[in-house]
Amino acid sequence: MLTFGLGIAAFTPGLAQAEGEQLTGTVQTSRSGPIEDVQIEVAGADGAEIESVETDDEGRWSVDLPGPGEYTVTLDEGDLPDGVELAGANSRTVTVDEGRRQAVIIGLEDGSRGAGGGGVRAIQLLVDGIRFGLLIAMAAVGLSLIFGTTGLTNFAHGELVTIGAVAAWYINVSGGVNLVVATVLAMVVGAAVGALNELALWRPLRRRGTGLIAALVVSIGLSLLLRYLIQVVYGGRSSPYQGFQGGRAVDYGVFTMTNADLASVIISVIVLVLVALMLQRTKIGKAMRAVSDNRDLAASSGIDVNRVILVVWMMGGALAALGGVLLGLSDQVQWDMGFRLLLLMFAGVTLGGLGTAYGALVGSLIVGVFVQMSTLVIPNDVKYVGGLLLLIVILVIRPQGILGSRVRVG
Amino acid sequence: MADLLNALAVAGKSALGFQAIFFALLAIGINVQFGYAGLLNFGQIAFAMLGGFGIAISVSKWGIPFWAGVLVGLAAAVVLALLLGLPTLRLRADYLAIATIATAEGLRLLFRSVSATPVTNGTRGLSGFNGDFIALAPWNTSQRYSILGTSWSGGELWVALVGWLLVILGSLLVFALMRSPWGRVLKSIREDEDAVRSLGKNVYVYKMQALVLGGVFGALGGMVYAVGTGSAVPDQYQNANTFLAYAALILGGAARVLGPVIGAMILLFILQFADTGLRLLIDNGVIPDDLLSSTDVAQIRFILVGVGLMLLLIFRPQGIFGDRREVMLDAR
Repeated sequence: MLTFGLGIAAFTPGLAQAEGEQLTGTVQTSRSGPIEDVQIEVAGADGAEIESVETDDEGRWSVDLPGPGEYTVTLDEGDLPDGVELAGANSRTVTVDEGRRQAVIIGLEDGSRGAGGGGVRAIQLLVDGIRFGLLIAMAAVGLSLIFGTTGLTNFAHGELVTIGAVAAWYINVSGGVNLVVATVLAMVVGAAVGALNELALWRPLRRRGTGLIAALVVSIGLSLLLRYLIQVVYGGRSSPYQGFQGGRAVDYGVFTMTNADLASVIISVIVLVLVALMLQRTKIGKAMRAVSDNRDLAASSGIDVNRVILVVWMMGGALAALGGVLLGLSDQVQWDMGFRLLLLMFAGVTLGGLGTAYGALVGSLIVGVFVQMSTLVIPNDVKYVGGLLLLIVILVIRPQGILGSRVRVG
Repeated sequence: MADLLNALAVAGKSALGFQAIFFALLAIGINVQFGYAGLLNFGQIAFAMLGGFGIAISVSKWGIPFWAGVLVGLAAAVVLALLLGLPTLRLRADYLAIATIATAEGLRLLFRSVSATPVTNGTRGLSGFNGDFIALAPWNTSQRYSILGTSWSGGELWVALVGWLLVILGSLLVFALMRSPWGRVLKSIREDEDAVRSLGKNVYVYKMQALVLGGVFGALGGMVYAVGTGSAVPDQYQNANTFLAYAALILGGAARVLGPVIGAMILLFILQFADTGLRLLIDNGVIPDDLLSSTDVAQIRFILVGVGLMLLLIFRPQGIFGDRREVMLDAR
């Protein structure tokens, strides 16, 4: 149970490539960050050495192979820095299929997880959970407000998250722009995509009188279209942002956190407070809550409902894009990252009360903490299942959510 | 020209093969739930996964006979439908949609997880469980047969034959049910739940029955798929497949007995034709490789389905055979 996040992580997707077979890997742990100059030896099935390489400054290594077959990868433990040890054996035998780039994982142990007993680990997970929950909340505010103002359950909201993350990736990695600037640009892209959603699709559909169920299926279609379009354009790989991968974790006594994660928490808190202030104090924020509460009443008291909905879409798109960048920062950028987050967003929004902005906030925070803390008892790779289970339990106990009112369930 | 004929033949085979049967059975199930009862089950693929793995686990891991495995799969689907229906059927339609899609994704993640590996073999999945079934074929299954320019193995033909029989029997069952009083109550629930309730019918029980029946069809579809491919891998059961089945249903026409069947055949034909055609165009250099590579073609089908779903819902929600008045659903 201690191997996740440690060791030589295999983040290179095993996509078929015509050029030839290759073994790759990254030597890093969450506390030490990437480890440089570790010797990796690759030997064939007969024990003959094929190549011996050292990891670069990002901890990465790769070896081109003469052909498919069985290979043994050995890591020189003498090159590991103090405090980092092997979790198991120092070598691994893998079978490489024809034309494949295969990633190799050798487990490393840096004492950051499980050390110091369950109490400390719980605090560490709580902090991780709060970071994750804030991120879900940011993406989910738009989802909830869109539902509140238009009644649409938008299954394509996850793709707004992915679009933000991928846009920032292209600007940051391909364009060589600083990630902060890239994030702002990605938020602009997100707002534009949100506006396009409303103007090109949903407003005409509302005008046609399309039913809510039909609109829901349309949003599913849009989600499929965008998700697989992103996969064709971006590919099936997962890649980090430039200069931000695997940063060294800083020790805060009872928990450790990378600077990127700390920045993510601070940004989320600031943005969410700003959103709350906007909803509470500004004219457009009050209008949003009014439309959410009772659309007809809002329209008859002189609020331009369509304008409010457009602003909600733009704000939702920008926030989702920001959430996507922060998710890409901690988990790398992937084509289906938004869809996977969408289900947790739904869990958060349902828990908080569908259609209420503050409900989305509270609910998402609880879901984030729950998902991370659940790894105390369940394995890491099924932690999302816990979140989805929570969603179903909420539906049994209190379907209207914490802050929702009963009439919405009907 | 020969290429075009070949692409048409390949597409035709796929419209008659086990994949079309898979989507037809999934769509028949969705038709009962969505078309007749107005229930939004977005997790149909989970029922299919339980059906497929019901056989796979029973035969490969527990060593019990194939037909007992079929019963295990069907029972698992019934249990899942009951578990899903209990909390969500009293709620508004979109809650059921969210809960079912979350369940489908959660179950897939669970089946492919490391902790489930002793039972499901994790991401590698199970294989070698369909021998008993293939052995029942009345002809030589190792030989290849040529039909209308396409080549079928004896096993494929046998799976397709039994599969289409299942589709026909399923369609007949749906036809009979929807003519019965039970079917009329179901359709009235779709139109006006409160009216049905005021007539003293237990709406909840009817909805649950529809959910279970549709789930059983989903499980049968998953079994045909698992037996057809000869393997059960969790990642074959991606949730996008649920929406392929929705596209098939809406294309053919919801709330029509043959809508899902015809829809699945047409959909598979279009998708396979587009697939083969695009690969040909890439191989011949008509489409430059840096615009679209042949590894990307597999994703094109989901893009097509996404566009198709949107256009159908917006411009022709009744599909080919449907009645527009019957499919103008609204959230309740």
